[in-house]
Amino acid sequence: MSEERFTFTIDGIEIEAAAGQTIIQACDAAGVYIPRLCYHPDLEPAGHCRVCACKIDGRRSSACTMPAARGMVVENETPELTGDRRTLIEMLFVEGNHFCPSCEKSGDCELQALGYRLGLAAPTLPYLWPERELDASHPDIFIDRNRCVLCSRCIRASRVADGKSVFGFAGRGIHMRLNIDAKSLDETSIAAADKAVHVCPVGCIVIKRTGYQTPYGSRRFDAAPIGSDIEEKRLNHKP
Amino acid sequence: MKASDTEETAKAAMRPDLSTVASRSAEVAVAAVEEFGADRSRLLDIVQAVQHRLGYLSDEAIRAVAAGLGAPAVEVEDMVSFYSFLNREPKGRYHIRLSKTPVSLMQGAAEVARAFAMATGAPIGGTSPDGEFTIEWTSDIGMADQEPSALINGTVVTGLTPADPAAIIAALRQSRSAKPPPQFPGPDSQAPALPQARVESSLVQSGPIIFRQGGSGDGVRAALALAPDGVIQEMTKAKLRGRGGAGFPTGLKWRLCRQSISAAHHVVCNADEGEPGTFKDRVLLTEAPDLVLDGMTIAAYALGARHGLVYLRGEYAYLWNALQGVLQNRRRLGLLGRNVLGCEGFDFDIRIQLGAGAYVCGEESSLIESLEGKRGAPRDRPPFPTERGYLQQPTAVDNVETFACVARIMENGADWFAGFGTRESTGTKLLSVSGDCPRPGVYEAPFGITLNELLDLVGAPDAEFVQVGGPSGQSVAPKDFGRRIAFEDLSTGGSVMVFDGRRDVLGVALQFTEFFVEESCGWCTPCRVGAALLEKNLEKIIGDRGTLADIAAIEALANTVTRMSRCGLGQTAANPILTTMRNFPQAYEARLQPEAFLPRVTLREALAEAIELRGREPGAGEETA
Repeated sequence: MSEERFTFTIDGIEIEAAAGQTIIQACDAAGVYIPRLCYHPDLEPAGHCRVCACKIDGRRSSACTMPAARGMVVENETPELTGDRRTLIEMLFVEGNHFCPSCEKSGDCELQALGYRLGLAAPTLPYLWPERELDASHPDIFIDRNRCVLCSRCIRASRVADGKSVFGFAGRGIHMRLNIDAKSLDETSIAAADKAVHVCPVGCIVIKRTGYQTPYGSRRFDAAPIGSDIEEKRLNHKP
Repeated sequence: MKASDTEETAKAAMRPDLSTVASRSAEVAVAAVEEFGADRSRLLDIVQAVQHRLGYLSDEAIRAVAAGLGAPAVEVEDMVSFYSFLNREPKGRYHIRLSKTPVSLMQGAAEVARAFAMATGAPIGGTSPDGEFTIEWTSDIGMADQEPSALINGTVVTGLTPADPAAIIAALRQSRSAKPPPQFPGPDSQAPALPQARVESSLVQSGPIIFRQGGSGDGVRAALALAPDGVIQEMTKAKLRGRGGAGFPTGLKWRLCRQSISAAHHVVCNADEGEPGTFKDRVLLTEAPDLVLDGMTIAAYALGARHGLVYLRGEYAYLWNALQGVLQNRRRLGLLGRNVLGCEGFDFDIRIQLGAGAYVCGEESSLIESLEGKRGAPRDRPPFPTERGYLQQPTAVDNVETFACVARIMENGADWFAGFGTRESTGTKLLSVSGDCPRPGVYEAPFGITLNELLDLVGAPDAEFVQVGGPSGQSVAPKDFGRRIAFEDLSTGGSVMVFDGRRDVLGVALQFTEFFVEESCGWCTPCRVGAALLEKNLEKIIGDRGTLADIAAIEALANTVTRMSRCGLGQTAANPILTTMRNFPQAYEARLQPEAFLPRVTLREALAEAIELRGREPGAGEETA
């Protein structure tokens, strides 16, 4: 295990990192938030959403997959990157069928929260209105693919953390869908306690009979924008 | 476990009530898994073998393959559902795939498709009622010089006219009494009986480097006289750059690969020539396969690799038997196998991996994923393949043409090679020319040739625009025909599509955009969603609903797709729109409406469903605009 430590900068802020850390890991630890959607700290990065893409030494790469290196110069919150990230979030909104006001994940949804943080007022891109499948067969778990953003968190969590491989992709391109390892979810080995059920950033995989229980004002992103928890670390340590 | 689960398990264990179809599926799948040693990384071969025997991959077959490999079925499905040549549903005994490109369409592919539909009774995109024929469109099959073309169970038919399908279908119906034609890999038994089943070589102009005498081991002999490092130095000295289009220095790639410490290194030949409009690798693999394999063998010596892989696009399955014959011959001559050409300790052999219809697999990290039996999704870099490639081991992936150059450099020397072309782009380039010109085909020309010079060669003095580098390249207007084909100017893998004044620039841009929608792997948001949205926005402009605001919107979207996409496919998916906007602004201006904003659909179109349900037009006082 290497104990080598070094620094790089992000938007001019010096970040200390250890060998083996990705840019997003080092920045999270140091309290600098890089917007992200498919990344989850407990899972291997997959680089799907591209929201965390930064300009790293002049080239764009996803911060979740790029190893930090000594002296790197990273640009994060530039107008261009913020605009591109907002467009990515907008793309995900028009790709699926997202109806925030009636969704039980509203207020606790990372896609919605990113929309707010990045200043997405209302989509201007054309809606694609796809036909997506629901699966309510399981006694405890409900899947609504209308809300899926193809982040693969459940796929990765099920395979690695749960050791089950309940989820996978099917198809390619704009026809890609979240697939399960059986005809319906109740035929799989999934359980409500599985990691795969709890990592969904949106309302695609939810636990039955738990929706709408948190009152407005107390939901995860009601009080402060997404990323504030990370940013607090740095703000609290400011001299 | 629930009671019902127990029952299911018991039922499955007994098996007698399984239908014969299901048990045959499982049987075939088990045999295929065994044939490839239950090796998970050979999944692409395994499922192709199953499909060859069953015609499609049934649920039972997927489950049996998964069980045989000890992998979850969802993982096998993940991979299978990715490739357009793998069928999850039963198809006709004869699967007709028509090449859909701007070039094929302007040469009558739509009329040919209709003639196939007439002759078979199958709708385009469906199967005939008798279950004999399926007709589908597919992306460019590498025959741009002899369109319209089609694949029929892997057999290539070319130069089609609307008169041909009747005779082709009659021949297929006649051959039905004989044994069914093989679907994989060799169409050899079927081809002789089929009208138009021929692929013209189309080598129009040979050049000083690639298409010349010599080859077949000469380059390997010359390389073995040097130390491996010396071979790499020759590549660097020759300033050889990758011929696939990216132009990465070959010597540097090999050096990085050789420096990576590993139990094994791999040499991979990228023969997934999928860029619409290119076919030069097809011609090389037909006319000079030994030269390409010489190049791979030289690379293996330089890198210390024992394993070579040729990733051959599924569309070129018809080359399979011939290439296997070439490999056999090389083994006989001692050019492959243990102690190549008597060089103690230099063991090297080559396997051909057949692809299954996915353009993105031409991207090197996708290609490696596909070689490992996965969906062809690109990898995030770093690490680069030279460090962790095939099976996580150092891998050099080079283009077919690059390997041919490697062999010539070893035969004739780096200085000789660098004497051709320009300072930055040494040697010659194979250009695949198609479209509105009387002499389509492959031209070997020194780097630095201008488009004007090339257009003179191919006999197209009145070209109105030229697509250089395929859809991912650039649309070039006449004012820029003085530009040079070279890495420092118009960089290209070799696709040159010529269009004259009869062609609609925006129509071509739309077809290219559709191509990217079709071929996007779906892994990352900007490419997956962005390409589909670009298509919609361009359709709005072509449909005379676009305004100046739409131009700004489409440009902003295109730039985001370019900047944020994960691999070269997405990073170039907006090029058809961006480069035509830049070079043919008048084509867009001509379609724009004067209003500040127009919705995508007219009010009438928006109400169409309601009008249909109501059974009448809007009455007085409720007219639509």
